[in-house]
Amino acid sequence: MKFQCRHLQLRQAGFLLQIDVELTGQVIGIFGSSGAGKTSLLEVIAGLRRPDSGVIAVDDRVLMDLSANLFLPPENRGVGYVPQDLALFPHLSVRKNLAYGHKPEAVPSGLNLAHVAEVLEIEPLLDRTIGQLSGGQKQRIAFARALLASPQLLLMDEPLASLDYELKLKIIPYLKRIRDEFKIPMLYVSHSPDEVIELCDQVIVLRGGKCLRTSRPDEIFEASTSMTLKPGIYDSSK
Amino acid sequence: MTADDVQVIGLTLGTAALSTLLTFPFGVALAWLLARKNWPGKSLVETVVALPLVMPPVATGLILLNLLGRRSPLGGFLQNVLGTEIVFTWKAVVAAMAVMSFPFLVRTVRLAFEEINPRLEQVARTLGASRTRVFLTITLPLAARGMVAGAVWAFARALGEFGATILVAGNIPGRTTVMSVAIYEDIQLGQDDHAYQLLAVSAVLAFAAILFSNQFSKWGGVK
Repeated sequence: MKFQCRHLQLRQAGFLLQIDVELTGQVIGIFGSSGAGKTSLLEVIAGLRRPDSGVIAVDDRVLMDLSANLFLPPENRGVGYVPQDLALFPHLSVRKNLAYGHKPEAVPSGLNLAHVAEVLEIEPLLDRTIGQLSGGQKQRIAFARALLASPQLLLMDEPLASLDYELKLKIIPYLKRIRDEFKIPMLYVSHSPDEVIELCDQVIVLRGGKCLRTSRPDEIFEASTSMTLKPGIYDSSK
Repeated sequence: MTADDVQVIGLTLGTAALSTLLTFPFGVALAWLLARKNWPGKSLVETVVALPLVMPPVATGLILLNLLGRRSPLGGFLQNVLGTEIVFTWKAVVAAMAVMSFPFLVRTVRLAFEEINPRLEQVARTLGASRTRVFLTITLPLAARGMVAGAVWAFARALGEFGATILVAGNIPGRTTVMSVAIYEDIQLGQDDHAYQLLAVSAVLAFAAILFSNQFSKWGGVK
């Protein structure tokens, strides 16, 4: 995927998001601490928030070009959005959650309920209510729901942030399966270097609403079990 | 219980139900606008809708009387163009009940809309749903309990309406006399036993309405 986010500017109460990046990768991480603008950027890409200016394109597909007054609504963007709180529909069964955005007649091969359920190991959960699921199960259902809408781009907003370390270790393999099995380009927001190293081939480092740099994860994170930033990363320019 | 009592109870139930039915769609629409949108004049509308909660009901009745009377532009239009007279008819009872119960409906339904996590609606849109589909399949079902509760509270409030009703609809036996007015009249005339009979009916109806509302909340709870 070639991801372009050109001259993006979003002004909101006391905060200014200004991003101008173009990079290529299958899974692109958006890394930064709280308040860096990661979620705002994802919401702009999903079409949930209209910025003041900018262009967003994935490969040759322009999702937004405000200079040409183009702003595709969320339902036409072909994105699968998994927010941090997952936002599973509490009044619908698991099966109905999965069916909500699923158009069986329009999906590419492989993105059908049976296959997605098999890959994410959720077959036994299909007839449960959302309240009957554990945290890790909810996570997988949220991934499956986004996948079944046949997105051209997956947007993951810190999907593992609320999980404890052990559960995180259990979920990461499922994310790898999504990456390797379905090959849908993904933007993966995280403030955790280990997740970025595990999953992403490129990373955008955000701080204070601005892009500090873009690079391969191994160029900015220590390749060690401590999973810490190399010294000086936040000081360096792009 | 006499035939007149049955008529009074029937008129009260009928007018309260009609006022709830008539105000329900407007109340739900206004509640949604107040909960989800920002628009010019929103604060003013919020205040006007809440006024009947704090103003003396008789004062609200007086405003209605002036608005709907034959000499007012609205009353004149209704009388001359549509041939409908409102004041001192059962329609005035419905109007008084509607105005007095409307804030209860709007406030309860608005709370129900506000309790829905907007993220659910946003995610539904990214899944390909139009605004209309999101409203029908996510917002409405999740607000359903609040909407029923709002309707029941509005109905219960309408059942007990007195101040505005007596001013704008009067006390015309067989035409505009509702339970609250009949109880007041009985007390005035020293017919306390009869007043207590109507009071008992009134209490049972209000009790049943609120019990239903509470039970519905439990049954309809999201698992």
